[in-house]
Amino acid sequence: MRITCPFCGERELGEFTYLGDAKPARPAVDAGEDAVFDYVYLRDNVAGAMSEHWYHGGGCRAWLKVTRNTLTHEISVVEPAAGVGAAKVGA
Amino acid sequence: MVGGPQTHRLSNGGLIDRSAPLSFRFDGKTFVGYQGDTLASALIANGVKLVGRSFKYHRPRGILTAGSEEPNALVELRTGARREPNTKATMAELYEGLEAASQNRWPSLRYDFMAVNQLFAPIFVAGFYYKTFMWPAKFWEAIYEPAIRRAAGLGRAAGIADPDHYDKAWAHCDVLIAGSGPAGLAAALAAGRSGARVILCEEDFALGGRLLSDGGTIDGLPAAEWISRTLAELAALPDVRIMTRTTLFGVYDGGTYGAIERVNDHLPSPPEHQVRQRLWRIVAKRCVVAAGSIERPIVFAGNDTPGVMMASAMRTYVTRYAATPAKRVALFTNNEDGWRTAETALGAGLQIAAVIDARAEVSPAHRSLASKGGFTVLNGSVSGVEGGKDGVKKISVSMTGGARAEVEADGLAVSGGWNPAVGLTSYHRGRPKWQDHIAAFVPDGAPPGMVAAGAANGAFGLGACLREGFAAGAAAASDAGRNGKAGTAPSADDEAYSLTPLWHVAGKGKAFVDYQHDVTASDVELAQREGFESVEHLKRYTTLGMATDQGKTSNIAGLAIMAAVSGKSIPETGTTIYRPPYVPVAIGAFAGHHRDETFHATRLTPSHHWAAEQGAIFVDTGLWKRAQWYPRAGEKDWLESVTREVKAVRGGVGFCDVSTLGKIDVHGPDAGTFLDRVYINSFSNLAVGKARYGLMLREDGLVYDDGTTSRLADDHYFLTTTTAKAGLVMQHLEFCRQVLFPELDVQLTSVSDQWAQFSVAGPKTRDLLKEIVDPAEDLSNEGFPFMGAREVALRGGLKARLFRISFSGEMAFEISVPARYGEALVRNLMQAGAPFGVTPYGTEALGVMRVEKGHVAGPELNGTTTAADLGLGKMMSTKKDFIGRVMAGREALVAPDRQVVVGIKPTDKARRLRSGAHIIPKGQTPGPDNDQGYVTSVCFSPTLDQWIGLGLVERGRERIGEIVHAHDPLRGEDYEVELCNPVFYDPDGGRQRG
Ligand SMILES: [Zn+2]
Repeated sequence: MRITCPFCGERELGEFTYLGDAKPARPAVDAGEDAVFDYVYLRDNVAGAMSEHWYHGGGCRAWLKVTRNTLTHEISVVEPAAGVGAAKVGA
Repeated sequence: MVGGPQTHRLSNGGLIDRSAPLSFRFDGKTFVGYQGDTLASALIANGVKLVGRSFKYHRPRGILTAGSEEPNALVELRTGARREPNTKATMAELYEGLEAASQNRWPSLRYDFMAVNQLFAPIFVAGFYYKTFMWPAKFWEAIYEPAIRRAAGLGRAAGIADPDHYDKAWAHCDVLIAGSGPAGLAAALAAGRSGARVILCEEDFALGGRLLSDGGTIDGLPAAEWISRTLAELAALPDVRIMTRTTLFGVYDGGTYGAIERVNDHLPSPPEHQVRQRLWRIVAKRCVVAAGSIERPIVFAGNDTPGVMMASAMRTYVTRYAATPAKRVALFTNNEDGWRTAETALGAGLQIAAVIDARAEVSPAHRSLASKGGFTVLNGSVSGVEGGKDGVKKISVSMTGGARAEVEADGLAVSGGWNPAVGLTSYHRGRPKWQDHIAAFVPDGAPPGMVAAGAANGAFGLGACLREGFAAGAAAASDAGRNGKAGTAPSADDEAYSLTPLWHVAGKGKAFVDYQHDVTASDVELAQREGFESVEHLKRYTTLGMATDQGKTSNIAGLAIMAAVSGKSIPETGTTIYRPPYVPVAIGAFAGHHRDETFHATRLTPSHHWAAEQGAIFVDTGLWKRAQWYPRAGEKDWLESVTREVKAVRGGVGFCDVSTLGKIDVHGPDAGTFLDRVYINSFSNLAVGKARYGLMLREDGLVYDDGTTSRLADDHYFLTTTTAKAGLVMQHLEFCRQVLFPELDVQLTSVSDQWAQFSVAGPKTRDLLKEIVDPAEDLSNEGFPFMGAREVALRGGLKARLFRISFSGEMAFEISVPARYGEALVRNLMQAGAPFGVTPYGTEALGVMRVEKGHVAGPELNGTTTAADLGLGKMMSTKKDFIGRVMAGREALVAPDRQVVVGIKPTDKARRLRSGAHIIPKGQTPGPDNDQGYVTSVCFSPTLDQWIGLGLVERGRERIGEIVHAHDPLRGEDYEVELCNPVFYDPDGGRQRG
């Protein structure tokens, strides 16, 4: 499998580390235990296009949001995480 | 040169070098062949027909094919450490001194004792493994399994380490081509001319595919001339790479392909500094599979008799190798193509006994060939072969219409038609589709970027192969963005190809479907009767197609027989799933250089070379080599050395390389806020010039890692992680920074390899450091208090970082210099410390002192403990959010009966405490119900003069002073221990603050 890092270009799988589902968002500070429980443990078992977190540890150390088809391994979109690089969200 | 004459070698012709005779040995007997031979062709040239015994029944077997699909002619090649079982004689290139031995025979190939297995054939029928497993387990283990293993097997492994090197490499191209037959070469021409970067892999050592055996006329030139002209043109193109002896064996996601290059398999041993084989991962924008097709046998009684051979293989041996598998040949075919063998045989001056053609009609051209050659054409099928280890003697024919005939011959060429090699195109769970007019499966689509062309796509004519290959090559180049002029395609006529499908001829005696696994037609029929109709079940129940040849010559016949007995069509019966590798690939090739001392990368600490000079004993810690202890002359064991090191630190001064800790620089205006969110305690309120111990949790509330963080400037922190988690914590923090808290203005830099860091510890630390640090720096308790951290100048001007932190419990500093100065610093510490008796200490002494001091480490930070379990619950800030805060509050994680860290010491001071021992309340019988925890870390404490330890024990901190049992069923020990304060040494911490 090959992933096209927006910073480094197309690289092979061994340079990347998989984390998992990129959909769940860390709940607000006061969201309560149930919301955090869901965030930590509840995952969809997607058959098809899935948004995932991958880490380019063997390259630029960017966290990437990768859309991968779990049935074919086809990768359709690779985006950098919001906080990659020096530019700050909202800055 | 020893060895008899090559009795079965034609006097001229063939792609062999008659000026380069090579002597070789097979089963201890010496023969001579030529450069350009395979072991198989050289054996044939020497009249050797019997080359092995079969897997289950030990039946005599000969050479069936001339390629990588060979099921029979498997040998042990080479001797000693290089002995390799199951090598296909058809793929082994001859070299001077080659040694090979047949397999599965005892005491000799000609007189095989185990051939008696044939008499016990009923126990080896379909599903025999499963049926045998039904017997009592005791019988299986004691009798049947050893007996079956002795009787059924395929060669012996060398049993000693492989002395050769294997390599792994990457390659990138626009167009990858599998196969160098007419389709492959035409594809390479088109793609190369279009400007594409081309890699062509050919598993043979010669280029040309079937052209080498069948010839033909292309662009008006004889095939051999066309090949040379084409290769010259390809060589002149700027970026066409041709790799011979290289099999493309698999296709993976994203256009990545696996190929195995047999770099030096054709030599007795690789030349010095060269590898034996190389595993390639090739990344290609497009791939053209021109892997050709495989001729299929027809199943009839005695079809495994030595001398029965595929018709196309017979042409290969005669034309390419000038070797004659038989003097008087019979041919059994159900198709037009098989007749080419009759033409070849006649052309080489062989006698033809008869052509047995299963089709209703034989063409006038072939009729006239028969009359010219003086042989008869029998309309019918071969129903049996008489013969044995000396080869074919007599062939029985069932004539169409019911009559019977007999033919005397010493060789039988068989053609059941051709199967496109659909492996590569089907490896992504593709199911090939049935094509009636060739009665074969052809690719139905392929993995993204791949296309089949020529015979691999079911187009068998030479002209069609060239056209399809050329078109596929041009299209692939264009898809890859190379749009140069491809020019015109090479052209040739198409041969006629018509066949009447024929899979199985009824007859008396064993008729083999899968030669290598000894699966017969009746095994397939039995499997069907027993309900194993699904092809996947058929495969596993009979082991059909599961041998090293992956059923290349057998699968289709198995399907056809299954279809016939279950009353379905072949496409309805379907195929099994195709899986890589296309040919067996040695594990050594996958491992490459990752073996022995280069199994993984080795990281050396900055003081490593110095420590090695001191005779340090090293321990592997992840990728690191760390000094474990420094033995001195006269010390009888590690304990004596470690005890000395601990005492030297506690009584004077010592140092230890702690550079393996993960080190991360945290910069930016929001650095403090960021650290507040990733650690359970606060860092935004840490004063510049101070260090603080920190603990981080996972989001599920359990402890992740610990370490110290120092604030070097308002917007600059420096944190350390444990050695084991260095990389993971960096990844985690980057996740927090980039994904969870993108609004924070903070940057992380891994500086683990940039800083050499040493812990200098003991009451004389200051005395020693004064010799190292610039005298202007104030190291007094007031000028540099406990948990101080700042940059200092060393004598000579080098800037260093000094941290007044202590893991040992002694007055201590950690001193950090740029890694390249690490070794110089150690040498300076030794020199300057000599008057104070400075002692280097290793990880063992470090561990002893941390247990004495009750510090938690890896065994306690084990992924199941909370901050409170470790006695660090009070560190959890209630004024801020942090990773893991909410989940850490879950009921079970704050339950009062959790196992928490406590000190443990045997009541008998002479007793050795062992980690892993279970804690059982006094007076109770040990068992899962009253197992209250276990000992996590132990050491012999020189300070307390006894073994002590830490453990995780239910309500441990409330039970200080209680006597319990340490129960150790693994070592058969049970003894009393006392639960105690985990801080055994200097509990009020006066020493580290002094
Ligand atoms: Zn990258």
